[in-house]
Amino acid sequence: MTAPTSPGVDLPMRVKFAMYFRLLAMQGSWNYETLNGTGIGFTMEPALRYLPGGLDGPAYRAALARESRYFNAHPYLAGIAVGALVRAELDGVEPARIERFRTALAGPLGSVGDRLVWASWLPFCSLVAIGVYGAGGSPMGVVGTFLLLYNAGHILLRAWGLRIGLSRGLNVASALGNPVLRQGRMGIGCAAALVAGAALPLALQRVAGPGLGLVGGIIGAALIGILLLARLREHAEGWRIALGVLAIFVLYSVLT
Amino acid sequence: MSLIEALPIALLGALLGLDVVSFPQAMISRPVVAATLAGAFIGHPPAGLLIGVVLEMIALDTLPFGASRYPEWGSAGVVGGALFGAQPHGMPGALPACLLAALLTASISGWSMVVLRRLIAIRLEQTRDRIEEGSRNALLSLHLSGMSMDLLRGGLVTITAMMIFAPLVRAIVAIWGSDSAPSRAVVVVIAAIVAGAALWKVFHSVRHVLWFFLAGLLVWVGLLVTR
Repeated sequence: MTAPTSPGVDLPMRVKFAMYFRLLAMQGSWNYETLNGTGIGFTMEPALRYLPGGLDGPAYRAALARESRYFNAHPYLAGIAVGALVRAELDGVEPARIERFRTALAGPLGSVGDRLVWASWLPFCSLVAIGVYGAGGSPMGVVGTFLLLYNAGHILLRAWGLRIGLSRGLNVASALGNPVLRQGRMGIGCAAALVAGAALPLALQRVAGPGLGLVGGIIGAALIGILLLARLREHAEGWRIALGVLAIFVLYSVLT
Repeated sequence: MSLIEALPIALLGALLGLDVVSFPQAMISRPVVAATLAGAFIGHPPAGLLIGVVLEMIALDTLPFGASRYPEWGSAGVVGGALFGAQPHGMPGALPACLLAALLTASISGWSMVVLRRLIAIRLEQTRDRIEEGSRNALLSLHLSGMSMDLLRGGLVTITAMMIFAPLVRAIVAIWGSDSAPSRAVVVVIAAIVAGAALWKVFHSVRHVLWFFLAGLLVWVGLLVTR
């Protein structure tokens, strides 16, 4: 388990699998002090055992301490950092350089991931699932479509990140120029808008039920509401307004 | 609902609450999944799916960006799906009342995530010296305790919400004064407004996005005509 190593060591597949599995749990100790820094240390730990001196040797302890400090990245792209940092540690790169690399990498990995995954891929997959529901999909069909589609992207992105990080080490920055990471949001955004145009009215029709349908009053009220809320943009949270309006309606319906 | 009846639902809420941030973030915690699974637990998956889709539209407004505070939809979806699945079919007040309960749960559960993150930071402070010395045990202990607390958090939120909202929703549905059509219409309008505005907020900077949306609307109109 604790084999001494030299620069350029290739990690066994089971160690890569262990790191990948830990990547899925990387945010288990997320906190407002180190953000996902301790998670990065946790994820890298199986590979750090291959440093000279092995488990609990001085090199292992120094690297584990260094890698558990403050870090911020989107969880799905954190594999890029984990792989690159593992490669740097195993190659014996000087600690000051590793620290500088960590600082430089944290910002882009957060913003690129947020835009690509949270603000593009996730809404797109949600809209596809909503569309399947609107088209008459069964519970199994809707849930299955969403989970398969979303996780195809999720699992592949994490695996790609770890692989590219391990293979490129500190030269991984160029990977952030990958067209999918840079332009993917635009393509996914257009696809999401196309799906939304058909999926939302279809699903709302099904929620409304056969007796109600999407009558003019409902469409008009919805359009006015969307315009008002869209104009408020950063100043209002739609879900909070929904909570307030719903609470008032429930009170009204109970008291009348 | 008795404590024993609520326990399996609480376990589901705990597991799906864990998925939101800690493990494995496979989005089994999204309301469309969580509410459908909870509905299936109760024996009525279509009801779970219906409220799950409405919650999913509202959830489009809140994206889980890093350190931002957002509602927690995993446990909330479970509560919404379980409550709605347990209501008799055709009750006009069931959907609005269960939706309100789910949104309140999402809000409270989001707050519980903030508390959890502060607790982990306190524990980190207590073990910082050992982690700075490169102690594997200290790091693993911090990490695994964080995940365990998150699991517990989701379970506690779910069981508490179920114990409070199950009788409350039943009482609301029993004395509901509005007709079925306006009750559904209010839910549909709310979901449409929040989802539409949320999508505009997220995608308005994408070039030609409005044209793609209009093309989608044309597809919908085409489906209406051909059906």
